[in-house]
Amino acid sequence: MDKTLILTPQQIIRKRAAGDPIEPEEDELVSQHTITVLVENSIGAFIRVVNMFSARGFNIESIAVGETDDGTVSRMNIVTTGNDRIISQILRQLSRLVDTIAVENLSDTNYVERELCLVKVEYKPESRAEIMDISAVFRGKVVDITRTAFTFELTGPSNKIDAFINMMRPHGITEVARSGRVAMKRDAFPD
Amino acid sequence: MPMVYDAHTKVTLADTLATEVPTHGLEVEELLRPVSGAEIFLRALDAEGVKIVFGHPGGAVIKIYDEMARIKPGFQHILVRHEQGGTHAAEGYAKATGRVGTVLVTSGPGATNTVTGIADAYMDSVPIVVFTGQVPTHLIGNDAFQECDAVGVTRSITKHSYLVRDVRDLANTIREAYHIARTGRPGPVLVDLPKDVLLAETTFRYPTEVKMRGYSVPADGRTDKIARASTMIAQSRRPIIYAGGGAIGGDASALLTRIARRGGIPVTTTLHGLGAFPENDPLSLGMLGMHGTWWANQAIQHADLIIAVGARFDDRVTGKLDSWAPHAQVIHIEIDQSCISKNVFADCAILGHVRPVLQKLESMIAPLDTSGWLKEIAGWRQQCPLAYESDSKLRAQYVIEQLRDKTQGDAVVVTDVGQHQMWTAQYFKFLHPRTHITSGGLGTMGFGMPAAMGAAFGLRELGSDRPVVCISGDGGFVMNAQEMSVAAAHKLPLKLAVINNRFLGMVRQWQELFHQERYSHTDLSDTNPDFVKLAEANHCVGLRAETREEARAIIDQAWKVTDRPALMEFNVAKEEMVFPMVPAGAATGEMITERLTPDSFV
Repeated sequence: MDKTLILTPQQIIRKRAAGDPIEPEEDELVSQHTITVLVENSIGAFIRVVNMFSARGFNIESIAVGETDDGTVSRMNIVTTGNDRIISQILRQLSRLVDTIAVENLSDTNYVERELCLVKVEYKPESRAEIMDISAVFRGKVVDITRTAFTFELTGPSNKIDAFINMMRPHGITEVARSGRVAMKRDAFPD
Repeated sequence: MPMVYDAHTKVTLADTLATEVPTHGLEVEELLRPVSGAEIFLRALDAEGVKIVFGHPGGAVIKIYDEMARIKPGFQHILVRHEQGGTHAAEGYAKATGRVGTVLVTSGPGATNTVTGIADAYMDSVPIVVFTGQVPTHLIGNDAFQECDAVGVTRSITKHSYLVRDVRDLANTIREAYHIARTGRPGPVLVDLPKDVLLAETTFRYPTEVKMRGYSVPADGRTDKIARASTMIAQSRRPIIYAGGGAIGGDASALLTRIARRGGIPVTTTLHGLGAFPENDPLSLGMLGMHGTWWANQAIQHADLIIAVGARFDDRVTGKLDSWAPHAQVIHIEIDQSCISKNVFADCAILGHVRPVLQKLESMIAPLDTSGWLKEIAGWRQQCPLAYESDSKLRAQYVIEQLRDKTQGDAVVVTDVGQHQMWTAQYFKFLHPRTHITSGGLGTMGFGMPAAMGAAFGLRELGSDRPVVCISGDGGFVMNAQEMSVAAAHKLPLKLAVINNRFLGMVRQWQELFHQERYSHTDLSDTNPDFVKLAEANHCVGLRAETREEARAIIDQAWKVTDRPALMEFNVAKEEMVFPMVPAGAATGEMITERLTPDSFV
């Protein structure tokens, strides 16, 4: 029997609210969200936030932490995935922590997101020009060079960094360091 | 499309202070001469209005105990015989009085022994503050003697925790700890006190205000949402109130009762909600959920509106979520934002204190015509009443009914965890708030006896002469039996009922129902103590009953003991099972009952 035939209207409302599939062939509505959290600038506060994710079984794709203009406040940018129910739950659980000052889901807003990446790539005389070309396309910066390898610095949205790494991979990447995403809401233009 | 939930932004500090209930009645103290951290600790507790501390000394907190002997603070210190017993006693005290319970223990094992009690308080929203000693700050991280990272160990089971690194932060930290434990959704707070901080000196001033930019308590609930809820109620034909521990913790049971009676709305409660609505009222459906009544669960399954008051839609309440209350819209009145739409989507979520929300709601409620709905529920009530075999054997349900008759429901009943706990919930018929204390969320065996002791201290403090009855099983009672001697030393006339079936009864029940009757390691007959001798060894009165007549006789005898606890051992039939039952993970419509197969129901 088709499962939807036995769902009551109220059950359908609940499933829609949670982002759960209703038709058997429907996928769960899982999406990626960037959440920004202002926390007290202490290790304890940082651990409490991370611990909440692990204790409650939420997922963290990337995390970036740093001090804000106010030295007593840190900004944590957390990228996570889940359906609407899970994302709402994450936001509520974060707000509930005593050390969190503000919590916002940037994915509900117009925001700018950047990641910094350092990539070490081996080169040979014959591949050197091509590697430099790729770097130029991505506006990469050479921050270190030896007789066998370049170290590039690259800033941008995460998909640009993914693309850069993919382009460099055939040439032999020896090391990658990514910062995790930092993000900020765009201000609205005054009318 | 994403649904619109309540904004998860925080309210301002001004709101926090406006809604805070100050319980520290004493004048703010100030000492200009430098005093030790240990003295500051004691004076801060006095300024906070703490009346009782459950504690156990040790090396890291020896300075506090030394100053205690010198200063003689205003609170009473109860020397417990195990730190776990101390935390459960603080929980029992907090649950019985509505005040914050206080625990003081040493570092290392002292701290780890409180972990179960802290986790229990976290799950059941009990306000307690646990002070743990710590090795001196310069030794932290050094694997020093009796060192344990108490803050780290308890991070996910506390509402908040502190490690005090500077004696100048001590008074403020204590103020914040009590504020956090008491306000909003209550919970346990841990304060770790390194020994050098207790020895260091500074001046003492107890702060009048709490300034925490990250912590705020929801205000009184948005009026537009409350109005919407009242419209939903007016339009419903099969409404039901589902009241949880928040209705009692939020001091809203009288209001709730008035609203239910005015609207003619039936009320079911959770385990922790028992007492929020008098169970002798015709509108009372008793408890819902796994071992709730058949009629309460049927009512939930057929309701078109659930008004959830201070409840969290726990898995023992809902069973299989997908098929729970399939026709009901949900109004959720709740103080903890993280409980809203966590398990069941709330069609109307009202974030705020239960009491002011219900106060506003009361004025908007008009009587509803629910006679047809109540008649339908009455039909389910007849279909499968709570019943047990009334042969000559002594059965736990009979004992609980006798205890109910003896007290006429005017007693504080503290239970442990297991079959006796469910039978108490089903058969005792609770009439008043704060008269039922149990370990619900964590399900901590060994909770009952020390929690009953804490409750008795609390009632003594309130000047109440309600008897405190602890109903426990033979398995759980042994786990914290050492606290009996503490209760005896303080002449607490506890009535300790041990329902002895010589088995871990609830596990046995699951083994019989779901594990082909393989009773693996649940038979306690070889390891049970002689409970009468155990009581006597702990300076209590010990009594034993094998038959119904003896049961009635020892209850009468126990009630004549007024200067110490009286333990009543009831040797009951071991085969007895708790019915009705929704098997774990099954749909609420699929209850197992003794005399009815529910195939005819959806």
